[in-house]
Amino acid sequence: MSVLFRSIRSLLLLELVRGMALTLWTMFTGRRVTVNYPYEKGVLSPRFRGEHALRRYPTGEERCIACKLCEAICPAQAITIEAEPREDGSRRTTRYDIDMTKCIYCGYCQEACPVDAIVQGPNYEFSTETRAELYYNKDKLLDNGDRWEHLIAANIAQDAAYR
Amino acid sequence: MPKAIVDGVEVEFEHGMSVLQVAELAGAEIPRFCYHDRLSVAGNCRMCLVEVEDQRGRAPKPAASCALPCSDGLMVHTRTDKVKKAREGVMEFLLLNHPLDCPICDQGGECDLQDQAQAFGRDGSRFAENKRAVEEKYMGPLIKTIMTRCIQCTRCVRFATEVAGTEDIGLLNRGEHAEISTIERAVQSEMSGNLVDICPVGALTSKPYAFTARPWELRKTSSIDAMDAVGANIRIDARGRSVLRVLPRLHEDVNEEWIADKSRHAIDGLSRQRLDQPYVRSNGRLRPASWDDAFAAIAAKFKETAADRIAAIAGDQCDAESMFALKSLMDAKGVKNLDCRQDGAALATGGNASGWRFNTTIAGLEEADAILLIGSNPRWEAPLINARIRKRFLTGELQVFGVGAPHDLSYQTDWVGAGPHTLSEILAGKVAAAKALKAASKPVIIVGQGALTREDGAAVLNLAGQIAEKFGVIQDDFNGFNVLHTAAARVAGLDMGFLPGEGGRDMAGILAGAQAGEIDMVYLLGADEFDTEALRETFVVYQGHHGDAGASVADVILPGSAYTEKNGLFVNTEGRVQTTRLATFAPGDAREDWTILRALSGALGQPLVFDDLEGLRQSLIQAVPHIGGIDQIAPVEWALPGAAGDLSDAPFEAAVGNYYMTCPISRTSQTMAECTEVYLAGSLDQAREAAE
Repeated sequence: MSVLFRSIRSLLLLELVRGMALTLWTMFTGRRVTVNYPYEKGVLSPRFRGEHALRRYPTGEERCIACKLCEAICPAQAITIEAEPREDGSRRTTRYDIDMTKCIYCGYCQEACPVDAIVQGPNYEFSTETRAELYYNKDKLLDNGDRWEHLIAANIAQDAAYR
Repeated sequence: MPKAIVDGVEVEFEHGMSVLQVAELAGAEIPRFCYHDRLSVAGNCRMCLVEVEDQRGRAPKPAASCALPCSDGLMVHTRTDKVKKAREGVMEFLLLNHPLDCPICDQGGECDLQDQAQAFGRDGSRFAENKRAVEEKYMGPLIKTIMTRCIQCTRCVRFATEVAGTEDIGLLNRGEHAEISTIERAVQSEMSGNLVDICPVGALTSKPYAFTARPWELRKTSSIDAMDAVGANIRIDARGRSVLRVLPRLHEDVNEEWIADKSRHAIDGLSRQRLDQPYVRSNGRLRPASWDDAFAAIAAKFKETAADRIAAIAGDQCDAESMFALKSLMDAKGVKNLDCRQDGAALATGGNASGWRFNTTIAGLEEADAILLIGSNPRWEAPLINARIRKRFLTGELQVFGVGAPHDLSYQTDWVGAGPHTLSEILAGKVAAAKALKAASKPVIIVGQGALTREDGAAVLNLAGQIAEKFGVIQDDFNGFNVLHTAAARVAGLDMGFLPGEGGRDMAGILAGAQAGEIDMVYLLGADEFDTEALRETFVVYQGHHGDAGASVADVILPGSAYTEKNGLFVNTEGRVQTTRLATFAPGDAREDWTILRALSGALGQPLVFDDLEGLRQSLIQAVPHIGGIDQIAPVEWALPGAAGDLSDAPFEAAVGNYYMTCPISRTSQTMAECTEVYLAGSLDQAREAAE
């Protein structure tokens, strides 16, 4: 019996008709989910892993202390760091490069960072016209940090309760 | 032999061993901070606690295994709950005042405290109070101190007082106020770099290496040091094309686990003032050239010059292969004016290899009971040998006498005279030193280069040999006659006979000949340690790695490689054959030295018989069989070295004027310049103050 009903259902394309009917129904009654990008944007989780940034302390002092843990953990080996004592004797990087073409956005670097210096911020709109522009250096990353600090700080604060 | 049971494993041990050593024999792992094999036992970190049990039952308290002598039948428990708890407690206490600054600490990644906290510690601390902070101390240009990290193990204090022989470092105060302190001056030792190695935490770190790299980024190569003739075993840590640091490697018979400061810190000279492409002099100026042009310039001169008007000098840091290649090249032309004794030392003047070796061997010094130093300052010429002598001296069974200018050698030395005259007196048996040598069962004579680089060098060497024969220094199973070299390449050069042939000129002869216009062409293989101005008017080919004295007078420069950049054989002052390994590639167009000579031989139309390093080594071993025995010392019969002759009255002068700058690499090193400033200019200041 069930075999007969199933055959009839598929022969008459009933599933298709039902689907089309739902679509037609939603066209008139459903909530609109498409956004008018780039004038509108979707909601991002505070844990979203976008473009990298190097943060500073509120005093303006850069956070990164050149411990090289991010460089060590990076599975794509996208990070290159060189360090030496700064004039005041503190440990700072002289070079902090991320090859964004290698990066796989796994977020391990920000997990490894003991001082919350390297973070993956909420920015995902950083496509470029040339490859070279995707080789980020320290200036670019610090600039990103300055640019996005308020959002990054808010995201970290929001997520802090779960860490 | 007595037996003990460690965690159920029965193990035999030698009388006098501590419980910790016995447990190690049995394969049990015991954490420790203050205990170090080569230092006295302090027993103050308490990390090595174990439970012990004898016939009377289990001891009520855990015992510090490093300080407890093991007795026969002792049962040791290292894995009980009580031991685990004790270790966790000790670790928690050690971490109370230790800052959690691993991310900015240079020890991070190779830190005993990090590793052991992970393996034996608890997961958290219950300490809520403020941590203490300790002021930094000044320990000189090589050691950076972050004293807050110190856990007061006192390894540094013990190393300084016992091995280095300087009482610059000490522990002040008690309890929470305890701190390691110095007298606010650089640590007065040529071995101070080892303080960094023995510090189990990041309290003492290397200043030149500060914040440079993490241990996991480095490429590690086991090699040999070429800064002095000891041939210390080293590990070269490199990243990319640069050598970042040098660490000691264990070799009980040579350097134990120490190395000297020059070996460790001169490496920044490897990236400065390097020759990275061939140069040819035209119209009075050195201009960059291609290899072909350089070879053509050499070939033109070489072919038109008669063999007796050509000379070759090998430098102090050449590997045996390149010296042999140069010798083969010169032999093929019939050139007899060869010399590897840049300083003009009267070595290989009569006798055999026993006359230019450290026959006692470095480890053999630990049997010596009287040492006569002749024109030598081992503290500067070979700090590691000096440390061995001090080690033996500390047993109280060694007397040391010196002939030459008095130096502070870090052990008591009786300076009995200044020149050859005193040696004659000793030979005549007139002085106390002679009696001591006679009374000693294993007397040792160490002849330094200061006694040999003189007009009467051969006579002094002969006299020293006569003293050796007269006072029982030469025994059937013990040879106490030693020549202490300062150049890493020297013994290999002498062994293969990189010396004037029949009727050939020696070093002095070559220089005199060059000035008199009797020598037209000189080939310098990394030779910089003589007055090169004498060669100003001569056609000079310089093959080497640094733009130093030799390169400045050269007409053709062939860029070679330094000891970290090639696989080369070196024979140390004992006659021990060891090999360096390529850690980084030479910069620019520079090549391994033997390949340059092989290519040049082709351009000269008399190609050498070998095409690869293996072939070269085969021919070298054919010519000098014992050089094939890596890490071996070929035995050699005693023969009286030197030649009798007139002795002058001049006192022996030091062979090394500035320990920190003895070769092109160390002369270009900034760290070594800083050391010179601090240690030598500083001592000048003090001398000036004392004079006022």
